Amino acid sequence: MSDTPLPTSLAEIAEDFRSASNDLKLQLLLEFSDELPGLPERYAGHLDQLERVDECQSPLFLTVEVADGASLEDRPVSLFFDAPAEAPTTRGFAGILHEGLDGLSAAEVLAVPDDAPMRFGLAEAVSPLRMRGMVAMLGRIKRQVRAKTAD
Amino acid sequence: MSAEDTKISAYAHPERLVTTDWLAEQVSAGGIGGPDGIVLLESDEDVLLYETGHIPGALKIDWHVDLNDPVTRDYVDGARFAEVMGQRGISRDTTVVIYGDKSNWWAAYALWVFSLFGHEDVRLLDGGRAKWVAEGRELTREVTSPTTVDYPVAERDDAPIRAFKDDVLAHLGKPLVDVRSPGEYSGELLHMPDYPQEGAMRGGHIPGAKSVPWARAAAEDGSFKSREDLEAIYLEEQGLTPSDDVVAYCRIGERSSHTWFVLTHLLGFEAVRNYDGSWTEWGNAVRVPIEK
Repeated sequence: MSDTPLPTSLAEIAEDFRSASNDLKLQLLLEFSDELPGLPERYAGHLDQLERVDECQSPLFLTVEVADGASLEDRPVSLFFDAPAEAPTTRGFAGILHEGLDGLSAAEVLAVPDDAPMRFGLAEAVSPLRMRGMVAMLGRIKRQVRAKTAD
Repeated sequence: MSAEDTKISAYAHPERLVTTDWLAEQVSAGGIGGPDGIVLLESDEDVLLYETGHIPGALKIDWHVDLNDPVTRDYVDGARFAEVMGQRGISRDTTVVIYGDKSNWWAAYALWVFSLFGHEDVRLLDGGRAKWVAEGRELTREVTSPTTVDYPVAERDDAPIRAFKDDVLAHLGKPLVDVRSPGEYSGELLHMPDYPQEGAMRGGHIPGAKSVPWARAAAEDGSFKSREDLEAIYLEEQGLTPSDDVVAYCRIGERSSHTWFVLTHLLGFEAVRNYDGSWTEWGNAVRVPIEK
């Protein structure tokens, strides 16, 4: 694992997970799944405007908006996800990333280490096989931020 | 007799299936759990689906966390299986009913693993989780804690219903059923449509395998098709007979457990084995024959 620190918001969530028992980790993940915000009206019914993450076991769509600003440090990032209720693990992963990254600056999102999903101690609770979805989501979020800030 | 009961009574082993009506009666009569009750298990692809709400009294069993060995690519051993059973209040003679998502894929997979350990009375809820939900029946987030009981350490007996790669090599020329999607069978795709790539070096199928995607055995509502409809597919169209020695496979053995269940318990085939190594082994093995 790299030594790059997580942004404070994500680090706090990671700490909550790491200190929890396996049963509690699943309960926490369920809370993130339950609390994942729905799509705003401009995206509802327009999944074609979102990027599909194929690495998730169940279909997940996401998109990123980056506000205008003078530099990457003052361009806040907004994240939007859509995943069905029958895919609570995928929704939970999306919920963690939303809670941990939404509102951060583009510079902060781009600095999130790629192995961040492995720092939650979740692999033993949900099996390593299932962690791939979260790694893929993070990768695509960063790629979209990079694309949308490249002028 | 309801139409569903009539459908089930026509199968070769009707005792292997229960209806949502029957289960709902057991739930309201307090027949789930307890020392003499039925143990109801939910087995899903999504490890968190049970937590979002399950049939009252149901306990969770996860194919990956509970039934797979954490290190070797194999199922758990007898001691660990006994522990998993005992913790859920299951004795050797307990009636276990399993249900799950995705038309009971993972439920059938769990049932097949129970069968490796010779657990006698294990059944599926016809239609699984989706049918129960579609019928507007009760779900709860309340988790019951069963009293732990003793389950004997049973030797896993793989040979009758599980095939390994060498068994399949020796089986070439005899009936093989590839239950993956048509694109995976033809070699066009290396994984299920809509699913992640799970690392096979080669695409195609085992020589001589017939393509019968597992979902053809499932009706719209996730329940099994009638015996007549199943016979039309496996006997008439594919030319299999119940005395055939058959091997079924998919990608990791979960979808083929569904077909194994259909052939063995619904159509009464006597010698069906599930090759759980499936394409993630065959498609990576050196110098095994592949057909495209």
